Amino acid sequence: MFPANFNYVRPNNIREAVQFLNEHKDDAKVLAGGQSLIPMMKLRLAAPEFLVDIGRLPELKEIDLDDAVLTIGSLIRHADIETADLIARACPLLAETAAEIGDAQVRNRGTIGGSLAHADPSADLPATMLVLDARFSVAGPDGRRIIMAEDFFTDVMTTALRPNEILVSIEIPKMSRRTGCAYVKMHQQASGFAIVGVASLITLGRNGRAEDVRVGINGVSGVPYRAHAVEESLRGKPVDERNIAEAAALAAQGVEPLSDIHASSEYRREMATVYARRSLQRAAQRASAPQRH
Amino acid sequence: MAQIKQTIKPNGKYMGRRIMRKEDPRLLSGKGAYVDDIHLPNTAHVAFLRSEHANARITKLDISRARALAGVIQIVTGADLRGVVENIPPMGVLPDLFVPQHPVLATDRVRYVGEPIAAVLAENPYIAQDALELIHVEYDPLPVVVEMEKAIEPGSPLVHEQSKSNVAGTFKLDSGDIERAFRKADRIVTGRFVNQRVAPMPMEARAVQADYQAGEKMLTVWSATQIPHLLRSSLSRLLKVPENRLRVIAPDVGGAFGGKLNVYREEVLLPLLAMRLGRPVKWIETRRENMRAMIHGRDQINYVELAVTKDGRMLGLKCRTLADIGAYPQMLTAAIPTLTAIMATGCYKIPALSFELTDVFTNKMATDAYRGAGRPEATYLIERIVDMAAAELKMDPAEIRSRNFLKSSEFPFTTPSGLIYDSGNYKTCMDKALDLAGYNKLRQQQERARKQGRLMGIGLSTYVEICAMGPATSDPPGGGWESATVRIEPSGKVTVLSGASPHGQGEETTYAQIAADQLSVPFDDVTVIHGDTASVPPGVGTFGSRNTAVGGTAVYMSAQKIRTKMEAIAANLLEINPKNIVLRDGTLQSKLNPKKSVSVREVARAAYTAKKLPPGMEPGLSETSFFSPKNYTFPFGTHVCVVEVERETGEVKIIKYVAMDDCGKVINPMTVEGQVQGGIAQGLGQALYEEIIYDDNGQLVTGSLMDYAFPKATQLPEYICDRTETPTTSNPLGVKGVGEAGTIGATPALVNAVVDALAPYGIQHLDMPLKPEKVWRTIEEKPEAR
Repeated sequence: MFPANFNYVRPNNIREAVQFLNEHKDDAKVLAGGQSLIPMMKLRLAAPEFLVDIGRLPELKEIDLDDAVLTIGSLIRHADIETADLIARACPLLAETAAEIGDAQVRNRGTIGGSLAHADPSADLPATMLVLDARFSVAGPDGRRIIMAEDFFTDVMTTALRPNEILVSIEIPKMSRRTGCAYVKMHQQASGFAIVGVASLITLGRNGRAEDVRVGINGVSGVPYRAHAVEESLRGKPVDERNIAEAAALAAQGVEPLSDIHASSEYRREMATVYARRSLQRAAQRASAPQRH
Repeated sequence: MAQIKQTIKPNGKYMGRRIMRKEDPRLLSGKGAYVDDIHLPNTAHVAFLRSEHANARITKLDISRARALAGVIQIVTGADLRGVVENIPPMGVLPDLFVPQHPVLATDRVRYVGEPIAAVLAENPYIAQDALELIHVEYDPLPVVVEMEKAIEPGSPLVHEQSKSNVAGTFKLDSGDIERAFRKADRIVTGRFVNQRVAPMPMEARAVQADYQAGEKMLTVWSATQIPHLLRSSLSRLLKVPENRLRVIAPDVGGAFGGKLNVYREEVLLPLLAMRLGRPVKWIETRRENMRAMIHGRDQINYVELAVTKDGRMLGLKCRTLADIGAYPQMLTAAIPTLTAIMATGCYKIPALSFELTDVFTNKMATDAYRGAGRPEATYLIERIVDMAAAELKMDPAEIRSRNFLKSSEFPFTTPSGLIYDSGNYKTCMDKALDLAGYNKLRQQQERARKQGRLMGIGLSTYVEICAMGPATSDPPGGGWESATVRIEPSGKVTVLSGASPHGQGEETTYAQIAADQLSVPFDDVTVIHGDTASVPPGVGTFGSRNTAVGGTAVYMSAQKIRTKMEAIAANLLEINPKNIVLRDGTLQSKLNPKKSVSVREVARAAYTAKKLPPGMEPGLSETSFFSPKNYTFPFGTHVCVVEVERETGEVKIIKYVAMDDCGKVINPMTVEGQVQGGIAQGLGQALYEEIIYDDNGQLVTGSLMDYAFPKATQLPEYICDRTETPTTSNPLGVKGVGEAGTIGATPALVNAVVDALAPYGIQHLDMPLKPEKVWRTIEEKPEAR
C-alpha cells in the first residue's frame, strides 16, 4: 500500500487552484477528503503527478440557507451533513442519504463534493441530487458555471466536470410544502456501497394526489438515473399501496442493470422495484405527515 | 452487547472470575509492539513480485530495469536460491500424499495467483513497490484447474505433471458394519454440502523481520506467527543454522485464526536475505497480498448419507469428501480434512461409519488450518444431515438429537474413529439452551408467523469438537506437549515464562490467574512472558484451542513444584515439619499455630540469599514443567439461532442467538465469552457472507475487503451466552479449550435456521454463504413461490 511518487500542491484560493489545474489538466488530481483517491493511489490504480489539496479553502466549507436555496460547500463532510441542524430542517433527505454512506470513519473524512466528483455508480449521493434538482456550481478558468444534477453524471465514474474545474458548491432549491422524501438502500455486504439505492420525493396536491413525483436510482446502472417511467405512472394518482407498487415495478425500465459477484443484473432489476416501492411508501407517508421530510 | 448469564461459581480467588485482561490496556491504547513497530537501523524493505497467472510457464524474467532503479539494493529470484533452499516440505501428510517441490520462489512455473516469483530489497517500501512495476515477466499460460470436482475428472489438466492425476492423497476410515446399517435402515437421507473456501483474515497480516548479528553468529527472526519454536526448528533445518544460534520472536501478534500456524515461503526467505545482505530486512504484508498468499480455510464438498430408523435412531453414516488443497500443501494442509473424518459422528451414538476423503490439487492458494480446522466441516455435515433426517421423519430437530446423544454415563466413550471422548453432558446442555431460547414458545411463534406468510426459522446445532492437542502418540506437529517456567523473583514478584504463543487469546491474564492462585500472590504481581525463543522454555505453539488446557497445566505444575519448595523453606525457617505448613493469603503458616508464619516474599528472599535453606536444597525459586496430556479434550455445546427471511429480497435477519457452550472448567468467564463471541462472528461470517471466489482463470475475484464480505459489528446480532461446566479428565485443571467452539457451533445453527424458515417451500438445503440473492433465487425457483 505505497503510492507512486507524486507532488503535493496546496493552493491558497479557488483561483490559484483552478489556474494550477488549467496548467496541468489530467496530470493533476484534486484532493478533498481522500476517501476514494488515496486508496486508489495506494493500490496504484491512480498515479497522478500532482495532488492539488483544496482541503483548507474556506470558501468551500460554507453552508447557507436563504428563502429559495440551500447552498452546501463542496468540502462539507458527510458526518456534518448527517448531523447539522440546518440541513435536518431544510433538507432531511440529504441528511438521511449521508447517514447511509460508508462507515463512521469514511463519513468523518469524506466530503459531498469529493463523492459527487468521483461519481461511483454505487455511491449514495447522486440519486438524491437528481431528485432534489440540485445545481452544481463549478469554478473554471473562465469563471463560474452551473451544471444541473441531471447533466452532471455522464458515465461510470465520469462527470461533466472538466479537468480544469473545481466543484465549489451544491445548490438545492427549496421544496414546497406537503413534500415527503426518502432514501432507502440495499447494502453490498462487503463494501457497504449500494446494490440499489432509491431516493424519492413526493409532493401532494390539495386533492391528496401526487402532484410531483421524482425518483432517483443508484447502483443499478453505470450512471445514476431518474426513473421517469415510475414518476409518470404515479403522477396525478392517489399515493396508495397499489399505485405505488404499480409505479415501482417500472424502476429499471429501459435500463440494462449492472451485474457482478454481489448481484446479478436480474436481481438488481428486481431489487430496484422492491426498494423503489419502499422508498415511495416512506416518502408518501412523510408527505402526508405534518412534519415535512 | 451480548447478554451474559452467569450460572457457575468461581473456584478460586482468581480462577473462575471475570478479570480484566492484562494485555488490553496495551493493545487498545496503541502501545502494543507488532513486527512493524520494531525498527532497526539500516533496514532494507522487501516487496514480492507475485504471479498474475494461476498456471503458467515463466518464459522470461527480466529484472534489469528494476535493478537499475535508485534505492534498489538487490533483487532475488528463484534462480538465486538453487542449491541454497529449494523446498519447504509440509508436516501433515497422508500415506499416499503426492508431495510436490514447494520452492521459496517460483523459477520456471507458477501454479496459483499470488505465488512469489521475486523479492525486491530496497531502501524504503515505496522504492520496493516502484521496482516491482519495472520487473518484466513473460508467461506462457497453461490450462487452469479451478473446481475440485472437475479436477478429478479423467483428462483434466494437471496441477503437477509429475502426479498421475489431481488426486493429491486419500484417507479412509471404516468402523462397524456400514452395509448392514444401511440395509436395516428405514430411511436413507442424503445430502451434498459445500463448505466453501474462506479466508482467516487476521487483523494484522503477515509480517517478518530478520537480522543477522555476524559477531555473535546469531540470527534473529521476528514473525507474526503462532508457532515461534516450530518456526525456529524449520528455519534451522532449511537454512542450516543451528537452533541455538537462531532466535525467533513472536511479538504482539494481531490475530491469526490458524493462518499463522505455518512456515511460509516469505518467512524462510527473509532470514536468508538478512544473512546474505548483512542488514536487517523487513516485509510487511498488505491486505491484498494476505488474501492471495496466506492460506485459506475449509473448501470441502461432502456427500453425506445417513441411515436412520423410522423412530429417528441413527444406524450409520457414510461420507465421501473432496477437499480442495490448492497447489502446494502447506504445513498441515493434508491433516486438516482428516479431522473432519474423525469427528464426523459428532455428539451421536452412530455404530457404523464410512468416511472416504480425497484431497485434490487445484491452481489456488493452499488451504490449511482456519479456526476450527476440520471440525466445523464435520459439525456442519452431521448437523445438516441430522436436520434433514428430522424433516424427512417429521420429527422435531431437538427430539432426533436427544434420541441419539451419547448419555453422560457412557463417558469415556470410544467413537467409531477410535477417539476417546473424555466427558460430556450433551442433553443437559441442549435442554438448558432450549430453555434459555424459549424453544417451545419459538415454535408457537413460528406457527403463527407461517400463517401470516412470514418466513421464520429456528436452527439448532449441537456440536462436540476436539481440542488440546494432544497426546504425543497421535503425532501432532512438534509433539503434543507444552512447557512453562514459573519463577518467584527475589522480591516475591512472579514471572511466568510460557512456551506457548498466545496472540490474542488472553493467556497473559489466565496464566497469571492460575499462578496467582497456586502461589497465593496478588494477580498484579504476576507477569507472563511468551513468544521469544531465547527467553522462554521450549514450546509447540498456540493452535487447536490447546493453550489453557496444555500450556496452562504446565504453569499449574510448575507452580505446584514451587509451592512444595516454598513449604520446605518456610518449614526450615519456622523450624516446624513441612507437613504442617499451609499456604494462605500470601503467607506460609503453621497449621497448628497460624501465628508462626513467613510471607511468600520472605521465603523468596531466603531462597535467593540461600543462607537458611534445608540441607542439600538448591537455591532459587524457579521451576519448569512439561505437560504432555494423555488424551485430547472434547468441548461441546448447543447453539440456537432464530431467523426471519425476507421473502422479497432474500435477506436473512437474525432475531435471536443463544450459545450454550461447555468448555469444562473456566479460568476466566470473560475471556471465554470473548472467544465464544469472536468464534460465532466468524462462524456466522461463513454462513452468511464470506466466500473466496476464484474465476475460471484462477483469478481471485474476492481479493479485497471491498469484495470479500467479512462481517462488521453492525452485520451481526446480539448473542445470549451461557455455559454448562463438565470438567475434562485429560488435565488437572479440568479445562477443555474454547477458541474455536463458536465458529464450530454457529455455522450449522444459522443454516439450519434458514432452511427451517424456507421449509414451507419444500427447500431442503442451501449452500453457504446464504447471500440475499441466493436465498431469493432459491425461493423464486420453487413453483410454490409463484
